[in-house]
Amino acid sequence: MTSHSPNLYTPLSDLEEESIFIMREVAGSFERPALLFSGGKDSCVMLRLAEKAFGQGQFPFPLLMIDTGHNFPEVIEFRDRRAKEVKAKLIVRSVEDSMKRGTVRLSHPLESRNPHQSVTLLESIEEFRFDALLGGARRDEEKARAKERIFSHRDSFGQWQPKAQRPELWNIFNTRILPDENFRVFPISNWTEFDVWKYIEQEEIPLPNLYYAHQRQVIPRKGLLVPVTDVTPVQEGENIETRTVRFRTVGDMTCTCPIESDAANASDIVKETAAVTISERGATRMDDQTSEASMEKRKLEGYF
Amino acid sequence: MSSLQNKHTLKFLTAGSVDDGKSTLIGRLLLDSKAILADQLSGIQHKLADDESYDLAKLTDGLQAEREQGITIDVAYRYFTTPERKFIIADAPGHEQYTRNMVTAASSSDAAVILVDVTKLNWEDEVVDLLPQTRRHTLLAHLLKVPSILFAINKLDAIKDPDTAFINVKNALEKFISQANVTITNIIPISALKGLNITTRNADKHGNILCEKVYQGPSLLEALTALPSHVTSNTQEFHFPVQFVQKLEEAHDGSSTQHGRRIFWGRIAAGNVKIGDHLTVQSSGAKAKVSKIFANALQEELQEAATGQSVGLILDQEIDVSRGDWLIASTASVAGQKEAKATLAWLDDEPLVVGRAYWLKHGHRWIKTKVSAIEHHLNIHTLETEPAENLDKNSIGEVSLVLQQPIPVLPYNDAKDVGAAILVDTATNRTAGAVLFK
Repeated sequence: MTSHSPNLYTPLSDLEEESIFIMREVAGSFERPALLFSGGKDSCVMLRLAEKAFGQGQFPFPLLMIDTGHNFPEVIEFRDRRAKEVKAKLIVRSVEDSMKRGTVRLSHPLESRNPHQSVTLLESIEEFRFDALLGGARRDEEKARAKERIFSHRDSFGQWQPKAQRPELWNIFNTRILPDENFRVFPISNWTEFDVWKYIEQEEIPLPNLYYAHQRQVIPRKGLLVPVTDVTPVQEGENIETRTVRFRTVGDMTCTCPIESDAANASDIVKETAAVTISERGATRMDDQTSEASMEKRKLEGYF
Repeated sequence: MSSLQNKHTLKFLTAGSVDDGKSTLIGRLLLDSKAILADQLSGIQHKLADDESYDLAKLTDGLQAEREQGITIDVAYRYFTTPERKFIIADAPGHEQYTRNMVTAASSSDAAVILVDVTKLNWEDEVVDLLPQTRRHTLLAHLLKVPSILFAINKLDAIKDPDTAFINVKNALEKFISQANVTITNIIPISALKGLNITTRNADKHGNILCEKVYQGPSLLEALTALPSHVTSNTQEFHFPVQFVQKLEEAHDGSSTQHGRRIFWGRIAAGNVKIGDHLTVQSSGAKAKVSKIFANALQEELQEAATGQSVGLILDQEIDVSRGDWLIASTASVAGQKEAKATLAWLDDEPLVVGRAYWLKHGHRWIKTKVSAIEHHLNIHTLETEPAENLDKNSIGEVSLVLQQPIPVLPYNDAKDVGAAILVDTATNRTAGAVLFK
């Protein structure tokens, strides 16, 4: 697939304008919004857009992170530092607290906690009475996302109802809700992975180092490179190898895999992304491969 | 190449009925522009390794519920990028809820590609009868003022005389648009299944170029690449809906106070603005001058700004302005209207109730409104008016509205962002109607 040119034209100013417009609409329409901030690249882009929409130290919402307890330590450290730098309030709620309360039960100790984030997220919404959550999901990521609205209405159980979505006309968003309902709002819906990297390059947005090429111990398994961590141990008959890798997404350690790459900065990644032949989730997410409809199922349960 | 760098994203909708090959066309555009990645392709590659055997339509069936039923239930968005332009496809299913889906997709599209399935037509006759949905899709795109309308005559590979078919169908389309007073951009012969005349004027495996003798124009993608996508308004008068009011932190030396302490963010709905312009607040009538224009909150200052740009304005005086208000050029009429005539596309399952209060959102302002009378029903196959008592789901009417507060509307045909509104059911909060002011 060399026909892809790294000079693909991407009109970042159009995308940026639309995203900022959506963020201000949330700030103007809702009483208690929050911005989901994980330290991942999409949420780092969201943070920069919020800076441009409102200015540093003037965000009309706190940042919220749902911590699975299986996040990469570098990402947690980065998250805390960035929140301070932009002078934003950061709220962290953890899946482990939900496990202590008994609202999350794992079927075995090393089960991925990624799907269980939904429970903790819904508990946080209840605790803070959030009426809108800004998320960094993109429609190019996955089939279910391609059909989701920018302002996605959730019922009082946090559920998405794909067949009852409100039509979105012009740029006039229907933000009306009943008590206990909320909205998930996706300002970068129309961005692709390529657009995100071009913007990171253009704006020099800081990211956790995991995103750039580094040496790491990995286990080749089912076509993926599984990082060696406490929660993803070596299985019998497997060999640990040291490879030069980078992460394309930095979610829960139990289900996030790096790819082999020498890309050491954003501009290298822009070039690599332009030539890539496997989709972001296909290459790096163990949980999305399990079932073709797994994202749709998780969304129905209240996932981002 | 450098001249292309100024091209904005082009958002276009695809309209067609089941079996017209719409999903195949979208799959083809994504495949040929390399927007489909290997893992996504493996999901649709169950037959042969031959390119033509990909079930291209499967790429666009998003939800499990849809795959089980073999239908498309809602507007989906797809992305592809060429070296020249970024494209967003709004894929509006044609078979059910067509008005709702078409109106939704058309409201924010720069172009509409209307698929015409030649195998369903009497193409051998000199006078070809167009299908009702072709008329319907064209007239809805026209009603919503989609800036460019293109016809793609599809499945020309499947008939024995594509040249004759193209000419006869093209004549029928031209006759129809001239009667309906619709301006279109292109009529293009294609085969979505075989990938002919989609990205380039290519030859098939026998070396033949589709309709070579009778068509000398661009491929579909070449035509789309050349289209304009500017936010335009016919009115020159500045209209700015206030989206978000921000209090600036006061500097220790008091410097920020000399320009007023509040910044009004919004997107310019019509006209231009420059420093020193006189503005009037709708609805208070208060007046002030523009003292600063910001591109964003990182304090990037501008001298002027135009339709479609989001900016922050600081005024020279402290006057009362809130979200939902409009800042309008003082040279324009800003009285606002308490009654208005509008075209109303009804989207909700429950029919419109005349005399009942609904929410109306215009710009960033929510007010209550009532439909006082349904003047006509609009036949979406002809755009002719018919007497009507009520307005059901997926129908369009001309109505009279009574508004709780005066709002500064302009005709939709002059300035979309000042002439459009949504109606919301006060009990269910469902988006019930699309309002296009006269």
